[in-house]
Amino acid sequence: MRFLFKTDYNQDIKLFQHEGHWWSYLALLAVLVVLPLFVSKYFQSMLVFVFIYAIVGVALMILTGFTGQGSLGHAAFLAIGAYTAAILQQKGFTFWQYFLIAGALTGIIGAVVGFPALRLHGIYLLIATISFAFIVEEILARWDSVTHGNEGIKVRPLSLFGFTVPQNSDYFYYLCLAVLIIVMLGALNLMRSPTGRAFIAIRDSETAAKSMGINLAAYKVKAFAISAAITGLAGALYAHKMSFISPEMFTLLLSIEFIMVIIIGGAIGLHGAVLGAIFIVMIDPLLTALKDDIPSLMGGAAQTLGAGKETAGWLQAKVAAIGSAAGLKGAIYGLIIVLFILFEPYGLYGRWLKIKLFFQMFPMYKKATFKRQKTYVKTERNR
Amino acid sequence: MLDFLQQLVSGLALGCVYGLIALGFVLIYKATEVVNFAQGELMMLGGFFVFTFSELLTRYGFGPNPSYWGAFALAVMTMGLVGMLIERLVVRPILGFPQFAIVMATIGLGFLLRSLAGMIWGTDDLRIETPFSTGVVKIGDLVLAYDKLSVIVATVILISILWFFFNKTRLGTAMRATSENMLAAYYMGIPVKRVVSLIWAISAMVACCAGVLLAPITFINSNVGLALGLKAFPAAVLGGFGSIPGALVGGLIIGVIEVLAGFYLAAGWKDAAPYLVLLMMLLLKPEGLFGALGRKKV
Repeated sequence: MRFLFKTDYNQDIKLFQHEGHWWSYLALLAVLVVLPLFVSKYFQSMLVFVFIYAIVGVALMILTGFTGQGSLGHAAFLAIGAYTAAILQQKGFTFWQYFLIAGALTGIIGAVVGFPALRLHGIYLLIATISFAFIVEEILARWDSVTHGNEGIKVRPLSLFGFTVPQNSDYFYYLCLAVLIIVMLGALNLMRSPTGRAFIAIRDSETAAKSMGINLAAYKVKAFAISAAITGLAGALYAHKMSFISPEMFTLLLSIEFIMVIIIGGAIGLHGAVLGAIFIVMIDPLLTALKDDIPSLMGGAAQTLGAGKETAGWLQAKVAAIGSAAGLKGAIYGLIIVLFILFEPYGLYGRWLKIKLFFQMFPMYKKATFKRQKTYVKTERNR
Repeated sequence: MLDFLQQLVSGLALGCVYGLIALGFVLIYKATEVVNFAQGELMMLGGFFVFTFSELLTRYGFGPNPSYWGAFALAVMTMGLVGMLIERLVVRPILGFPQFAIVMATIGLGFLLRSLAGMIWGTDDLRIETPFSTGVVKIGDLVLAYDKLSVIVATVILISILWFFFNKTRLGTAMRATSENMLAAYYMGIPVKRVVSLIWAISAMVACCAGVLLAPITFINSNVGLALGLKAFPAAVLGGFGSIPGALVGGLIIGVIEVLAGFYLAAGWKDAAPYLVLLMMLLLKPEGLFGALGRKKV
């Protein structure tokens, strides 16, 4: 086991705690840079979605994971970013201009949404963000002259430094990767600054944070604005990736998917946002693949276990019928959320930390290290 | 004026359904601080159960009326069991953890129930034959349909029963005590876990009643739960999340606003109006009309 002997306060807030981090992250970056050369276009496109979801995941992590303010309205922020980018592109702005304006405008709207958050907490905040998302969806659908209503907007491929970058080219992949890395570095830096520490203090106890002189109002609005701005940037990329946007793409379901990103990834660190994004984006192709393979596998297994040909065939047909039932995806989504919250509350990243600690401590690992604390005090109502 | 009255009655009927769903939220929230996002799905499930039971009863030779009432009773009991099961399997293990986690768990549960219902009963609209589906009452020029009146009357009856239960019976008092302070109730010898289980059962039963009452007004399909459940939130918040009469009043207000906005304003306002009202309410008076939102004392 590695013991970090700290002799300086600055060591505590270093981005890379020890040399191992440097090597592992550089190796990861190298793999990601050369990956487009080796994988299929389809897989590369999935990776782009992973990057975009991870950017939104980082945004939500700042707001929900670190500041403790839940939001079920991030699909609306994504929509605002996407629509701003699409509309400004039609007006002839260059990519960098509308990319940054999309982020800035979404950030401002996020700050406005953050104002009610000063008086709301917990469930009320979730409900307020849901209603905000509904209203945005309705505005996008009805404001025909600008958003073209339900017909949606076609987004032209973006042009960068005079070149056209189609949405499934290698360059678009690198662009998304670069934005993700910049956003992550920004978030890491933010979280080790006084602002980030104030966010964490607010999450842990609003009353305690207030009594330490933290201006709750300012920091909550800041958290909302930063989170919304990052989501707005992701929205601009999303618009280009989809190459067509319409209001029904940004529903409550998408907001729930974003929340799933951080719950499944683990709302305890930025790693969680990326792991969760990988899980959420990859689960769909995985399920599709399983749907094709599992019935015959089950049939084969039944046959080897000594079942008759008829029984095996019956089983195969039954499994295939369940697999192709409409709405199976929703059921699996729901089951995954419930099971993760019940059994893996720190998500995939938490599981990784547990495995790592198990080997580091080898015979001395104790489960209680990661035990969640239960509270029976009625905090939510009287706050 | 006549139009207005007509719309008002429609709004009140719709509002009663919202109010009943909101009541389900409020009961659970009061007792356990859990907000059950799957309440709309419980309502949908109740509707489906009534549909299936009434088909079964009709097949065994009961007339339309006995099979409707029999199916109603059976469905309410089944939903009570479903509510207890959910409490035991999903909610009890995570009680006391951050509220956000619990909310997400109930959202996941809602997904699961919605998809399962879609797989079992299909995604088509189902129609439940009720004794109130046809017929009208005429008061002067005002024409009131039985289906809408039945919702209003049934809601009044249900609320009276619940009021009596919570205020006049020992178990109801125990439930109120639990929702005031779980730990103190535990010290007083109230079996808190069983009480919470029962509260979930009651909430699921109320949701089931809402589903059945809704049946003559709209069809039952697997997505009705999400749509109505999300409309019931503004209702619950408007009335103050922890208040039982508030839930009903909030539901009525939201229902009336929605119907009137749909009638008098341009398309699109109908769906957005409840949320606009909700946002205004949250900005101006977050504790709601009847709520009692305390301040934390250190």
